[in-house]
Amino acid sequence: MTMNGWIQIIVFLGVIFLIAKPLGIFMARVFDREKTFLDPVLRPVERILYKLTGVNESEEMKWGEYCISMLIFSLVSMLVLYLIQRGQGLLPFNPQKLAGVAPDLAFNTAASFSTNTNWQSYTPETTMSYFTQMAGLAYHNFMSAAVGIALAIAFIRGVVRREKETIGNFWVDMTRATLWILLPMCFIFALALVSQGVVQNFRAYDTVKLLEPQHIQKTGADGKAVTQTVSEQVIAQGPVASQEAIKMLGTNGGGFFNANSAHPFENPTPFSNFLQMLAIFAIPAGLTYTLGIMTGAKLHGWAVWSAMAILFLAGVTVAYWAESQANPLLHGVDQHATLMQSGGNMEGKEVRFGIADSALFATVTTDASCGAINGVHDSFMPLGGMVPLVNIMLGEVVFGGVGSGLYGMLIFVVLTVFIAGLMVGRTPEYLGKKIEAYDVKMAMLSVLIFPLTVLVFTAISSAAPSFGTSATSNSGPHGLTEILYAYTSTVGNNGSAFAGLSANTHWYNVSLGISMIFGRFLVIVPMLAIAGNLAQKKAIPPSLGTFPVTTPLFTLLLVSVIVIVGALTFFPALSLGPILEHLLMNAGKAF
Amino acid sequence: MTQTKKSSSQSMWNGKIVRRALVDSLIKLSPRTMMRNPVMFVVEVGSILTTLLLLQDKTTFSFNLQITLWLWFTVIFANFAEAMAEGRGKAQAETLRKTKSETVAHKLLEKGGIQDIPSSVLRLGDIVLVSACEFIPGDGEVIEGVASVDESAITGESAPVIREAGGDRSAVTGGTRVLSDQIKVRISSNPGETFLDRMIALVEGAERQKTPNEIALNILLAGLTIIFLLAVVTLQPFAIYSGSPQTVFVLVSLLVCLIPTTIGGLLSAIGIAGMDRLVQHNVLAMSGRAVEAAGDVNTLLLDKTGTITLGNRQAAEFIPAPGIPAAQMADAAQLSSLADETPEGRSIVVLAKNKYGLRGRELASHEAEFVPFSAQTRMSGVNLDGREIRKGAVDSISKYLNQHGTSMPREVVNVVENISRSGGTPLIVVENRRVLGVVYLKDIVKGGMRERFDHLRAMGIKTVMITGDNPLTAAAIAHEAGVDDFLAEATPKDKMDLIRREQSQGKLVAMTGDGTNDAPALAQADVGVAMNTGTQAAKEAGNMVDLDSNPTKLIEIVAIGKQLLMTRGALTTFSISNDVAKYFAIIPAMFAGTFPVLNALNIMHLRNAQSAVLSAVIFNALIIVALIPLALRGVSYRALSAESLLRRNLLIYGLGGLVVPFIGIKLIDLFITKIKLV
Repeated sequence: MTMNGWIQIIVFLGVIFLIAKPLGIFMARVFDREKTFLDPVLRPVERILYKLTGVNESEEMKWGEYCISMLIFSLVSMLVLYLIQRGQGLLPFNPQKLAGVAPDLAFNTAASFSTNTNWQSYTPETTMSYFTQMAGLAYHNFMSAAVGIALAIAFIRGVVRREKETIGNFWVDMTRATLWILLPMCFIFALALVSQGVVQNFRAYDTVKLLEPQHIQKTGADGKAVTQTVSEQVIAQGPVASQEAIKMLGTNGGGFFNANSAHPFENPTPFSNFLQMLAIFAIPAGLTYTLGIMTGAKLHGWAVWSAMAILFLAGVTVAYWAESQANPLLHGVDQHATLMQSGGNMEGKEVRFGIADSALFATVTTDASCGAINGVHDSFMPLGGMVPLVNIMLGEVVFGGVGSGLYGMLIFVVLTVFIAGLMVGRTPEYLGKKIEAYDVKMAMLSVLIFPLTVLVFTAISSAAPSFGTSATSNSGPHGLTEILYAYTSTVGNNGSAFAGLSANTHWYNVSLGISMIFGRFLVIVPMLAIAGNLAQKKAIPPSLGTFPVTTPLFTLLLVSVIVIVGALTFFPALSLGPILEHLLMNAGKAF
Repeated sequence: MTQTKKSSSQSMWNGKIVRRALVDSLIKLSPRTMMRNPVMFVVEVGSILTTLLLLQDKTTFSFNLQITLWLWFTVIFANFAEAMAEGRGKAQAETLRKTKSETVAHKLLEKGGIQDIPSSVLRLGDIVLVSACEFIPGDGEVIEGVASVDESAITGESAPVIREAGGDRSAVTGGTRVLSDQIKVRISSNPGETFLDRMIALVEGAERQKTPNEIALNILLAGLTIIFLLAVVTLQPFAIYSGSPQTVFVLVSLLVCLIPTTIGGLLSAIGIAGMDRLVQHNVLAMSGRAVEAAGDVNTLLLDKTGTITLGNRQAAEFIPAPGIPAAQMADAAQLSSLADETPEGRSIVVLAKNKYGLRGRELASHEAEFVPFSAQTRMSGVNLDGREIRKGAVDSISKYLNQHGTSMPREVVNVVENISRSGGTPLIVVENRRVLGVVYLKDIVKGGMRERFDHLRAMGIKTVMITGDNPLTAAAIAHEAGVDDFLAEATPKDKMDLIRREQSQGKLVAMTGDGTNDAPALAQADVGVAMNTGTQAAKEAGNMVDLDSNPTKLIEIVAIGKQLLMTRGALTTFSISNDVAKYFAIIPAMFAGTFPVLNALNIMHLRNAQSAVLSAVIFNALIIVALIPLALRGVSYRALSAESLLRRNLLIYGLGGLVVPFIGIKLIDLFITKIKLV
């Protein structure tokens, strides 16, 4: 670990701290329908959209209506994406003449993008046409992010409102999230990325002569080794910058290219790398302040922010430490960091980012449910690779996905308040709302779905050599981690791949698709039920006897509940995966 | 109160109750009973599973047998905790029930005449005749007559009380004894529905309804159980993948150690014990819900008289008029009060004696004529050896002086105004129409009340004093007692409005009351404690009855409610924190055979795999027994703010829950390997 590395990490967290407040205030104004500087331009557009779609913007919805609107919207757009993929061969903007996508992969991808997961079982540049990328995938990048923000706002309204039936209007919340927040931010961010060298075009792929022809060893048809000489390279092109902006800001993470943010066209410089990480955390961090403003308890917003920041720092510290370590299997190699070399484990990392920025990116992208990568998690040291895995296992609440991070976190807040709230000798209450049997039931349902889906699918896959373990590229604990990571990533709607798992098979496409749908919607329904139930309750005015949700003690408690619930559930699986691998590596064994 | 507490701690391990509880804990093994508690039901299913598999594998029979036994012990210990709580509750109920001994009721028939029937078949609305030396056959209301009644069976207070038709002293309780006279009583409840019946049902487990918080907590625990069930069930495929499959015994052990058995096993005991504590304070609750609500109370309405102040005003000071020696004034004041049997009068005699050494004198030798208080003059006094001494309220004395052509001196008027302003009551003493001075009567605030209100404030509870006094007086007493607010010149409607106003802000209100006119407010309040001496209407409107009729007890009731919730929260936190250590014991034990490197996780350095698993299971079972006293007694309760309470309890039960099992499991491991159990 170097001073330089730590400064970058601290500066990053400092900027996240600074932007939380202004962004939070802006978002609160957008959803409270107060005036913003963008109104002169956007209000007319918004009105036209409502007129065209027949939405009555003053109408409010009960939680059930809100939920059903969201489900129908997601289902219909999921179906549209499926059809676009299947028929892309007949659709325009397809200079590479890519054929329609296979049904299981199309299902997997449709599920992936409409759930804000962006798990990619395919190689984009050889599978998806420009039309599919822009009209299909990018559309979902916006919409799934807008849905997430809308849901978080709906939950906050549930906490704030007193003796009300309704929690807002889904169509209005989603429209405003897109128009006021996502589009303007993406516009600016895309331009910034272009300035760093991210491409934006509709050209056919370039073919260039290699300066130095490559000789590749291959096994020929007769089983003998053949040496092939490659002297040309195809360089993929496309409207990358515009995709990249929403990929980060919407915590989607689906790369335009297979190499994702490790690709020089997606993420060319350390500065673009820094901007991308900021973009991932920006909206989730801002939403904590929005929570503070809308509930009238700004310190509560900061308490939640702090809990997230503590978990983030813990993760990045372990990852940075683990990756800076020398690999014990490389005897006699100088692996110390010096001015001339980064030291540590550089396998699978981009030289332009180095250890600190790769560890930081891996932490950020898995804390938030982004899933973009700038290095290969599979090539991290066992404990370094465990950090992204554990981050997702905690429930994608460390800043988390746009919106989904906050509402996921608030479910944990409800549980924290309930478990510890009893200890102050009162019926637990959260910001004046009593947490009762119904709320606990829904919170438990929502928390339960994550380990249920991850563990059951991982267990089936690890016990099935024919369709499960056959897709792993490593044996032993590392192979188990690959399977575990895939399901954790999809249920957590993260979408990052550990790599090493060949997931484009019937079993994995279908089971991972189901995982994404479960992980998203089965969490949302009980979450909205809590919001609706809380909105109907009376609020008890705070007193000295009220359980404090604004203090460092609360932050500590919230962190403990998240860690204990996450760690206790997955500790057995982790101990047979990365922990065992780490111990075996130190004993000189690799997989 | 202190006495009841002492006797209860002595009887915590009362032999009879323990023996009965041991038997009950076996009876409770019936799956139908166990289903009520999802956590322990899972343990029982696990125990049955391991028992069935016991004979399959001979090589590790000793280990398997020990695991199986300890799993059964876990279930039995949890049942034992519940049975102990029930046993103590029943013992408490038993003493109450003794008062319910079968008696003969003389039922008045509608067409005239009397029919003797057993008290147990009396129904609501029946009218019975009770004569001297007979037991009152059921709860009811006196509709005719007046009698002195011995209620010591219920209240423990030996002095008989008067019960009469009409007014606020008309309620009688079944099982109490009429000492003199004859009364007609209208029975107010059906068999099995009296207060006592309801209370007995609350402390006896079988009929016990779970309270709202308990239901919510049960859902949380069931949810955690499902999560851990998943974690353990899916661990087997991972283990097989890793080439290290586990036996059912080890997997069940891991499961039982992870699911929250500590709180799951003690939860109902905590609830029953909470009700039991209430009974020990001689309070009967209609439902567990009411006890929980007591913990949530935001506003306490307290009657001034009897709760905040001693029953009556007392003389605090003699302020002589200018030119009058203080001793002369005190002497006159005492003389005028010698025949005055009111508490105010007596306090004047006492003050004169204490302050000026004037002893009560034998007046028979003198020509003493006492003038009792009358509604016309509104004065009292004495005519003695030509001295005409009178005392009375300011306006009546003014009138008396005006009639005789004199008036109150300016200085005395000033004194009177000062006293009124500070909330006291001035009494003027005159002798032969000359004003001697002013007796300062004031409400005496009970000792220690200010501290109690400070505690309540620290806990975020607002106290409101209810009084019929004028606002000036009320303000002064409120200030002296340290309550947060007061309601002066309170009518029943004002009280009701106050409760509604607080409730509309989302607050929970508790109050005490005894009169019929309190009934609507008692019904409206979230916690309404009726005095046992109160009317039947009041008792029915409230959701608790205080057998001692002590309004101050409301504060204790709130504490009991809070303690109940705190105990649940503390043991839940403890139970969940325990899991960390258990993982570190069992996971390395499971896999270190195949992967010796995993011994790095064996941070407790447990001897071997079997002893590690067994130690964790034994610890998990024994901790239930070790915590039974805490569950029955409740966690120690202090009046602190939520933040301080949380910090304190987190430190003890959160951090303690993390550390204790590491030590406990290590010690058990040392012990069982020493005696070569594994």
